Amino acid sequence: MKKSVFFGALAATTLVSGMALAATLDDVKARGELLCGSNTGLTGFGSPDASGNWSGFDVDLCRAVAAAVLGDANKVKFVPTTGETRFTALQSGEVDLLVRNSTWTFSRDTELALDFVAVNYYDGQGFMVKKDLGVSSAKELDGATVCIQTGTTTELNLADFFKQNNISYQPVTVADDSEAQRQYLAGACDAYTTDASGLAASRATMPDAENHVILPEIISKEPLGPVVRHGDNQWGDIVRWTYFALLVAEEKGVTAANVEEVLASTADEEVKRLLGASGDMGAKIGLDNDAFKRSIAAVGNYGEIFARNIGEGTSINLARGLNALWTQGGLQYAPPFR
Amino acid sequence: MAMATDVPKDGFRLSMLIYDTRYRSYTIQLVVLVLFALAVAWLLSNTVQNLAARGKEFNFGFLWQRAGYDIGQQLIPYTNDSTHFRALLVGLINTLVVAFFGCIFATILGVLIGVLRLSKNWLVSRLMTIYVEMFRNVPLLLWILLSYVILSETTPQPRDFRVTDEMAAAGKEPAAAMMLFDTVAVTNRGTNIPSPLFERGLGTLDLGFLSLNLTFWAIVAVIAGSVWVNRRILASARATQEATGVRPVTWWKSILVLFAPLIALLIALGFHLEIPELKGFNFAGGILVAHSFTALLIALTLYTAAFIAEIVRAGIMAVSRGQSEAAFALGLRPGRTMNLIILPQALRVIIPPLISQYLNLTKNTSLGIAVSYLDLRGTLGGITLNQTGRELECMLLMMLIYLTISLTISTLMNIYNKSVQLKAR
Repeated sequence: MKKSVFFGALAATTLVSGMALAATLDDVKARGELLCGSNTGLTGFGSPDASGNWSGFDVDLCRAVAAAVLGDANKVKFVPTTGETRFTALQSGEVDLLVRNSTWTFSRDTELALDFVAVNYYDGQGFMVKKDLGVSSAKELDGATVCIQTGTTTELNLADFFKQNNISYQPVTVADDSEAQRQYLAGACDAYTTDASGLAASRATMPDAENHVILPEIISKEPLGPVVRHGDNQWGDIVRWTYFALLVAEEKGVTAANVEEVLASTADEEVKRLLGASGDMGAKIGLDNDAFKRSIAAVGNYGEIFARNIGEGTSINLARGLNALWTQGGLQYAPPFR
Repeated sequence: MAMATDVPKDGFRLSMLIYDTRYRSYTIQLVVLVLFALAVAWLLSNTVQNLAARGKEFNFGFLWQRAGYDIGQQLIPYTNDSTHFRALLVGLINTLVVAFFGCIFATILGVLIGVLRLSKNWLVSRLMTIYVEMFRNVPLLLWILLSYVILSETTPQPRDFRVTDEMAAAGKEPAAAMMLFDTVAVTNRGTNIPSPLFERGLGTLDLGFLSLNLTFWAIVAVIAGSVWVNRRILASARATQEATGVRPVTWWKSILVLFAPLIALLIALGFHLEIPELKGFNFAGGILVAHSFTALLIALTLYTAAFIAEIVRAGIMAVSRGQSEAAFALGLRPGRTMNLIILPQALRVIIPPLISQYLNLTKNTSLGIAVSYLDLRGTLGGITLNQTGRELECMLLMMLIYLTISLTISTLMNIYNKSVQLKAR
């Protein structure tokens, strides 16, 4: 008797652990909260302020998803993850969604059983050095000590770059951005390398930002984007199309401020479908028809998110560059809402 | 016991499994065994199912793929084209080096402090008490970080060593200077020491999976041979002393045997030192002992020494007072009493807990990741794990390796323990 109970419990546990991987949407709805894997603190992309409120470019995408799924952009719990722990956190179900400057690569997409659903920032790896070092190109860094975050693609790019250019370096492997900054500022390394956007964000927080330069070389492609677990396609679709909704909104001139107004006055069928006035786009991915409207109303369109967190005029001061809409010569392009 | 005589003559009944003390223990053990096996089976099946659900398979093939990353401190040849297995070996050797030197230094310091803590000098014994309490009661990680920060923040940057033409013209000295006849440079990245070079090295012997540095092993062989011959000389001197009462003079023989072959070999190999020299951003040439290594070693030594000191003190106090009183009565001075009477007896009490301190120190090296020291945890359990996404394999392998190291240390120490135990005849 006791044994059958035991085996019953055993079977149930294994079944539950197997099922936990699917149907993220149901889990999130039941929990009433979205668990979003974020950076431990990278100004402009994802960092908490003194009172624990998270803000940033990546954070806003999490909020947009929460607004679409749960109807409230604040129902997000941000789980800080390091470069080392982020994918394990996602795989084990500790977070529903990872938006943390993560580069889309072949092996992560396949071997790690993850799905990169979009590219929210086209980036590349760069180097930052102190101005008084007198270095103007990364190729002059022969023999330099370079600080590098562990568990990142930049680690591998760095090795490749120095090998290709036949110059040597001494790596100092650090766990996260803040430790890298500390070592770099203390002079323990000559150069700090990570994604160029991350360098700009780090530099913005340094007390003597004008004494540091980001070298012109961009040594890799780093398409950064939101990541979900492989195998839950519905959840992947939700994140992907929430992101595309923000892009289309920028393309069509829909902003957080004018969303209601546009909805009432627009004659554009695609905008109507996007905002739920016609068709059943939301319902097709397991949400309601107002889902994308709520996202846009909560965080604004892609351009607004960019400008608010990392755009020109903020302390990070990044130009749109590759991340401009395709209509303005950039790479950000959303498939049609049809 | 009365029970044993009251055994009923009739046959075995099932209820006896519970009520009969002769069988009860077997019943309980069997039940526990079954439960344990079930728990293990459940863990395994859960793991397998979850891996399957994530579309991951369990295999160690990734160890033979290209690693693609660089490691700062490497004691065997390694480039980013080497395999993950090679990276594992580099990390393992880094772990072992810190553990090895850590155990030696911690023992020396620990014994010294343990003995001094029992000193009759009030100030000395109190100072040692403060040391022990301070290091024992603050987490090791903090000591590691503290020593690292002190080392890297108080030392000059490499560029402070530079002499520009203007400075030379003005007769100014650079902000920092090398030490020990311009051979050692301490920067905020590490300590640059001269490295030995051999003009006529013996090359390497390639055995496929590993290559042996013949020069290095030749030197090891010569040193080992010298030490062995020296021991023979001392043994024969002792034999002569016991037979005749006169100890022959051996010191010049010892010096000759210990040093002459080594010096001859070094000259034959064309030994010279390569002095580190400021080139570009860093010192080039020589060996760079990174501060991450030094800081980890210092912190591990100081921390573990505090525990060893307590073990030594306990060991000494366990030797009965009569022993030292007897030694004093024979006219032995306190130093000789300690060396000849107390410590040899105390060792028997000291060795077993000392083993666990060595094991602790070895395992604590994995905290090196906090100061960017790439040991086994940093390579296999850090970068390799991350870049390949093989958490389970890496973790299991790492546990297996740490287990092997610990069991080896403990076996060696147990052999030593046997040799110092009282011999019962």
